[in-house]
Amino acid sequence: MIYSDFLLSLLIWVPVAGGLLVLAVGEQRLNAGRWIAMAAAGVTLLLSIPLYSQFDSGTAAMQFTEFQPWIAAINVNYHIGVDGISMPLILLTTFMTVLVIVAGWQGVKSNVSQYFAAFLIMEGLMIGVFAALDAMLFYVFWEAMLVPMFLIIGIWGGPRRVYATIKFFLYTFLGSVFMLVSLIYLYLQTGSYEILDFHELSLGMNAQLLIFISFLLAFAVKVPMWPVHTWLPDAHVEAPTGGSVILAAIMLKMGGYGFLRFSLPITPDASRSLDGLIIAMSLIAVVYIGFVALVQRDMKKLIAYSSIAHMGFVTLGFFLPFAIYTNTGSLAGAVLGMQGGMVQMVSHGLISGALFLCVGVLYDRMHSRQIADYGGVVNTMPWFATLLVFFAMANAGLPGTSAFVGEFFVILASFKANFWIAFAAASTLVLGAAYTLWMVKRVVFGDIANPKVAELKDINTREFIVLATLALAVLLLGVWPDPLTEVMEVTLDNLLQHIMQSKL
Amino acid sequence: MTLSTLELSLVAPEIFVLAMACVVLMAAAFSRGKNQTLSYILSILTLIGAAWLSYRFVPSGREIIFSGMVVADQLGTVLKLFCYAVLAVVFLYSRNYLQQRNLLKGEYFVLALFGLLGIMVMIAANSLITIYLGLELLSLSLYTLVAINRDSVLSSEAAMKYFVLGAIASGCLLYGMSLLYGATGTLDLTELKVALAGADPLRIEFLLALAFLLVGIAFKFGAAPFHMWVPDVYQGALSSVTLYVGTIPKIAAFALFMRILAEALGDMYGSWRDMVMVLAILSMGIGNLVAIVQTNIKRMLAYSTISHVGFILLGFLAGGPVGYQAALFYTLAYVIMATGAFGMIILLSRKGFEAENLEDFKGLNQRSPWFALIMMIVMFSMAGVPPMLGFYAKIQVIMAVLDAGMAWLAILAVLFSVIGAFYYLRIIKLMYFDAPDGAEPLQAEVDMRLVLSANGLLVLFLGLFPGGLLALCASVLP
Repeated sequence: MIYSDFLLSLLIWVPVAGGLLVLAVGEQRLNAGRWIAMAAAGVTLLLSIPLYSQFDSGTAAMQFTEFQPWIAAINVNYHIGVDGISMPLILLTTFMTVLVIVAGWQGVKSNVSQYFAAFLIMEGLMIGVFAALDAMLFYVFWEAMLVPMFLIIGIWGGPRRVYATIKFFLYTFLGSVFMLVSLIYLYLQTGSYEILDFHELSLGMNAQLLIFISFLLAFAVKVPMWPVHTWLPDAHVEAPTGGSVILAAIMLKMGGYGFLRFSLPITPDASRSLDGLIIAMSLIAVVYIGFVALVQRDMKKLIAYSSIAHMGFVTLGFFLPFAIYTNTGSLAGAVLGMQGGMVQMVSHGLISGALFLCVGVLYDRMHSRQIADYGGVVNTMPWFATLLVFFAMANAGLPGTSAFVGEFFVILASFKANFWIAFAAASTLVLGAAYTLWMVKRVVFGDIANPKVAELKDINTREFIVLATLALAVLLLGVWPDPLTEVMEVTLDNLLQHIMQSKL
Repeated sequence: MTLSTLELSLVAPEIFVLAMACVVLMAAAFSRGKNQTLSYILSILTLIGAAWLSYRFVPSGREIIFSGMVVADQLGTVLKLFCYAVLAVVFLYSRNYLQQRNLLKGEYFVLALFGLLGIMVMIAANSLITIYLGLELLSLSLYTLVAINRDSVLSSEAAMKYFVLGAIASGCLLYGMSLLYGATGTLDLTELKVALAGADPLRIEFLLALAFLLVGIAFKFGAAPFHMWVPDVYQGALSSVTLYVGTIPKIAAFALFMRILAEALGDMYGSWRDMVMVLAILSMGIGNLVAIVQTNIKRMLAYSTISHVGFILLGFLAGGPVGYQAALFYTLAYVIMATGAFGMIILLSRKGFEAENLEDFKGLNQRSPWFALIMMIVMFSMAGVPPMLGFYAKIQVIMAVLDAGMAWLAILAVLFSVIGAFYYLRIIKLMYFDAPDGAEPLQAEVDMRLVLSANGLLVLFLGLFPGGLLALCASVLP
């Protein structure tokens, strides 16, 4: 097909152009702006379908590549393409953005056109992050993406939004600038910003360690890993519903993506020697943050902490191969851990997004996120309660949902590495169930707690469609994960072979 | 001494600006009390004419003329053309602002043009005497411009402070020059380079000369710890004068550094590198940290200037063509951004109201989403966030520093830029997250709105496509 040569560019620039158009239409013609936003997001979603259907899962090479010289003076090129790691994340982005646009249809009261424009522009930039094969292009998208999110939290957020958004921006900015220094160093070594050239570059151990640490600062903040996670609960609590959804569903995934695209292949020896550090940080996130989530009184904060704990599984899965190899002498099971991490990223994107949307539904009606203000919601909102309970079960890792697949893969892989790693990781099954289900029990079940709850109206068709679509996706990936695992298998195999070869 | 046509043609822009400045002076004197639009139009015509002359007589290579007093090269042409363009924008932004305050007088234009002449002389200087001549012409014009609002106590104080400190700095510079002369017996920069080629760079005369020269240059740049005048002058002067003081004199300072230290004393790089390093680190540190606590936006931008100067100096101390190119790119980028930022202050001001405090930017997104967007682009650019111009300026400098093997300095620079991001974010916070105090619509002429929009979009455009500007910097500093 003719457009498939520019498919990725279309995916990046259609939403950006749509966003600019919405801005140009302005506040006066609100409905027109809404429909333009919907159309732009919808077209992007449709365009991303051929990305999946025409994807060749038999090769680890980059596909749908485009190459244009951009800044000749420093050899920066507009080079984009996808492989089995980035393609599912792009699909996740296009899918979630449509839902966020639909979910924000009525809830936003001020600067509506700017709201939709911000989400659309951010969608384009996020796809750019996943598609970029040139490190400078990647960095430009990576940083530019902070701008719309900064505005989304700051303009439409809660009472402490200014504190939260500035903390969010500076935290991530601080992490990223160290990565920038490393990227420039790598450029000075290779003479180009091609990420794939960086993969082949041989580096001494000291250089690798420094580069690894600088990448870790950037990606650990984004994931976020314990102990640099403190910006996330603030940002989530203050962000508007749509902002929380995109933050949890897509932005956190960029940290995980960065580990796979940059840290592991560029500095394999440093990754091997520091994998214990990452595994320890991941397990602390799973166990300690799980306990922290247990005592939260604010629903959004609880989900935010649960996100940190679940993202711990992602980083754990990615850094298991070295330990598995040392322990068993073979790589069997190592791919499973990485696949588990990837599935967990997609699955967490869907489930945490859905949970934030559920909290948004309640917040729109009651203007409170405190668990104590609720109780017995099932009596007045039966449909909503059904969906919320489903997502809560999924969050706790119930078999048959997508979360189970990811967590199960990672736990299986960690058994091959070390029993105690597996033991600590498996504790999430108990902890996750405890904090999620306890929250559901207090919010949904029991007698009607107060007159406000008694007046609640059940979800409307629009809200139902959004949540039901997500529920369907979670269920589908839970019972039949093959379509997802298939596309990434060859790429991850190839990555594994690559990182097992020393660069020294 | 005979003058050849070639020599005259290469200084034609300078001669033209001098003549026209005198014409504007006479025109202003004879139309006193009347509308000063004539001075404005004549000044703009001067810039257009000078640009045409500079463009018409581009030197083919590096030409040393007037018995070694003047140099004409492509670097000079680019810098001069850039100065004309920026000064034209400065005049355009200032006209309505000055009119509202009954200060639209011929003197503003005359002094600005003489200042420009000083800058052009410095850019074209190949002798210490020529440099000093240009520098004093610029400085005296600047002192007077700052004092032009003579009824304001703040302005007078700022002008006084600037004058006294500036005189001391000029004295230091002159003393450094005389030490160099004493040690080598020449004022000609080309001969100076030859005389220094085999000399021991650690001789005490040279070190002293370098120290005094750097004090003078650092003062003119506004680099810490010689930055004390910057915030007071920026705050005390009229916004349209601050716009002038904060933009093209930076190009003069670049030329000053380039001609003396990089070109003539390039072989003594090892001796001046560490001195510049101290200046750069102090500038980035003091500039970024002190800017955080400012409540007056002109003061805040003054400290932000100091931190940007630190980055420009980083480019210089990285040395070599890569470093000088980075410094040139940063200087040009900074001037474009600063023109936009001070232009916004003028845009928000109106008759009887100076938009001087950060609070005056509150809720700009409600009052004018378009100009809030323009200001946001400029602020993110200053903070070094892609895809804005300022990002590539920082990248170039960091690349040069890493290339010179000073990784720790690169880390320090990015850390300071994160600290700096905070106060730029605060302006965006005020514009976007806060409600406005009043709902007065912006009063500005159409030409100002158009040019300011173009100014802001240029920052974005050059951020998306920086290739041309980068190639230009590389071609004039081979």
